[in-house]
Amino acid sequence: MKLQLLLLSLLILMFCVPVGAQEDSAMVDSLAVDSLAALPVPAPVTDIGLSDLPNDHGHAVVVEWTPSTDDGSGLANVVGYQINYGLSKDGPLDSVGFVPSASGSYEHVGSKDENDRTYIPDHTDLYYRVDVKTVDGRLLVSAEVAGPVQSSGQWYNTGRTAVLIAVALFSFLTIFYVQQAKAGKELYIRPIGGIEAVDDAIGRATEMGRPILYVLGLGTAADVATIASFTILGRVAKRVAEYQTPIMVPTYDPIVMTVAQEVVKSSYMDAGRPDDYDEDSVHFVTQSQFAYVAAVNGMMLRERPATCVYMGKFFAESLLLAETGSVAGSIQISGTDEIAQIPFFIVACDYTLIGEELYAASAYLGREPKLLGSLKAQDWGKGLFVVLSIIGIILANFGVESFGALFEVAD
Amino acid sequence: MKRQAPFALVFIFGIFMVIQFFVPHETSENAYEFLLDWIIIIGIFALALGIWSLFKVSTEKIKNRKEASEYSYITLIGLFVMMAFGFTQRTGESWGLYFIWILLCCACIVALMTMRASVDQGKKRMWAIGALVTLVGAIVVAIFDDAWQFYFTDPQGFENTMFRAFFDYVMMPILATMFALLAFFIASAAYRAFRARNVMASLLLLAALLVMSRFNPYLPFAEYVAKASNWLMNVPNLAAQRAIVVGIGLGIVGTALKVILGIERGYMGKG
Repeated sequence: MKLQLLLLSLLILMFCVPVGAQEDSAMVDSLAVDSLAALPVPAPVTDIGLSDLPNDHGHAVVVEWTPSTDDGSGLANVVGYQINYGLSKDGPLDSVGFVPSASGSYEHVGSKDENDRTYIPDHTDLYYRVDVKTVDGRLLVSAEVAGPVQSSGQWYNTGRTAVLIAVALFSFLTIFYVQQAKAGKELYIRPIGGIEAVDDAIGRATEMGRPILYVLGLGTAADVATIASFTILGRVAKRVAEYQTPIMVPTYDPIVMTVAQEVVKSSYMDAGRPDDYDEDSVHFVTQSQFAYVAAVNGMMLRERPATCVYMGKFFAESLLLAETGSVAGSIQISGTDEIAQIPFFIVACDYTLIGEELYAASAYLGREPKLLGSLKAQDWGKGLFVVLSIIGIILANFGVESFGALFEVAD
Repeated sequence: MKRQAPFALVFIFGIFMVIQFFVPHETSENAYEFLLDWIIIIGIFALALGIWSLFKVSTEKIKNRKEASEYSYITLIGLFVMMAFGFTQRTGESWGLYFIWILLCCACIVALMTMRASVDQGKKRMWAIGALVTLVGAIVVAIFDDAWQFYFTDPQGFENTMFRAFFDYVMMPILATMFALLAFFIASAAYRAFRARNVMASLLLLAALLVMSRFNPYLPFAEYVAKASNWLMNVPNLAAQRAIVVGIGLGIVGTALKVILGIERGYMGKG
């Protein structure tokens, strides 16, 4: 009986609640209409300023204004500002954007493509009007049309001056130390275990009569890590040619393949063994990440290379490759500038070049003064960075933030 | 001239790219986009070289009867059949002779591969005739069968049922399987890394345990464990990462500069 009563009351509630809700909403609507009808008109915006957006390719204008006196105070009924733009003061003006209340500026960035709907012509008079929008979307209080203003592109991005100075300084340091190295000055470079192990690893492969596997990673030929890897490949291939040990270079990118073929071929020629060069030793596999991993892992398990070298850009495949190499019993040397992959390589490989060591490897292997000179410049760059960081930290702790602002870079 | 021209080109375009970074003007932007388009153009030509390389390596494997060389047939048949699917689409309700055409294409590829892998001249000639016959057969079917047609200029082929089926139900599960292996490899790598062999390795193990237990609310002192692991991640770990990032940044600038100035020539095989 109690259960039946409970069910009955639940049923009644189910019917009553929507009816009540409808009544409530109808009441709110009628209140809203009443209040909107009585809504007072807010004051318009004042002091509309127009200027070209700095440090851009053009086709953009900055609109600034003093917000309505009823924005946040007074009538306090402003919900935002609608920005309208046109090519003539007399109209028509199209709505191009909306910003919420308390805003005092808007960047009108258009397309540079004439066929695009958002195209803004450069070097043409443009007019803007800022309307105050209240709770009722229809109630727009317009200010006077401002203008004209013209947009244009700039030939220098002032927001990147800090980068320009840093590049100029670093270039000067590099050229300076390269010249010093050329003049015969002794430059000390700290030993890097991973690079010193390369020769031993090639010797091991020769003794075992097994090939060397060199993986250039998933980077393109435009990636600096891949470019650094090409140089290391050149050195490795030269030693391999001297020892007459086979080398396998499966590649992920066809452009990387053609460059790598040229690098290995030149190394065989430099070693005086052009006839030993096998063009198929550097070959294309696929441009699918995990299909590439499957192919390279298959090669590892079938050919059992004595040494695996991974240099370049690596992503999720780093551990898949390195662990399989470990299972195949290979000596493994790796190097990448991908921060997230470095721990994986450290865990699974015998030697790992961490970050910048990858870039230092080519100079280290070649021992050419010109290349060593640039390493010295990098060290000075790091020193300068540390000094500037310490100064910035001290000044920031004393509330001086203008020093840090000097190094801000615009997008 | 042959040696100097590439370096001159690298210098000119390298300097242009450096300058372009500081010039936001539309002209500079257009020139930059134009140069980037060339990467796509070069990539397309290089892809043809890549496919040729894959074909050569696969046939060499068959020729030398290397271990698991039968996979080479699957590789190349898969490659060319997917290409065929991607460029074709049916025009009506039925597929007509489409599958016969696909079979003829496969037969042609197998004949070409076997011809290239054969050492005996007689067999080579026989497979060449076989490849020619299947190729002619495939062309005849393609000309006279109206149930389907080629689409080289628009992406109709991507909607081909066969293309979608092979991609969605064969390719994707295989790739997902490869990716899933990562979980097991992480476990085995972690086991090796976290063995407490010395003081440093023990510290690493302790840090790893703290970080791993960060999200476990049932642990005693869970709040303090979370705080400790957050500190580990946000202070020492982040500091080390930033140091590496600074080094990498300078290394990239240094290497780029060496390439532009012609000091680093390893990428052209001129170490």
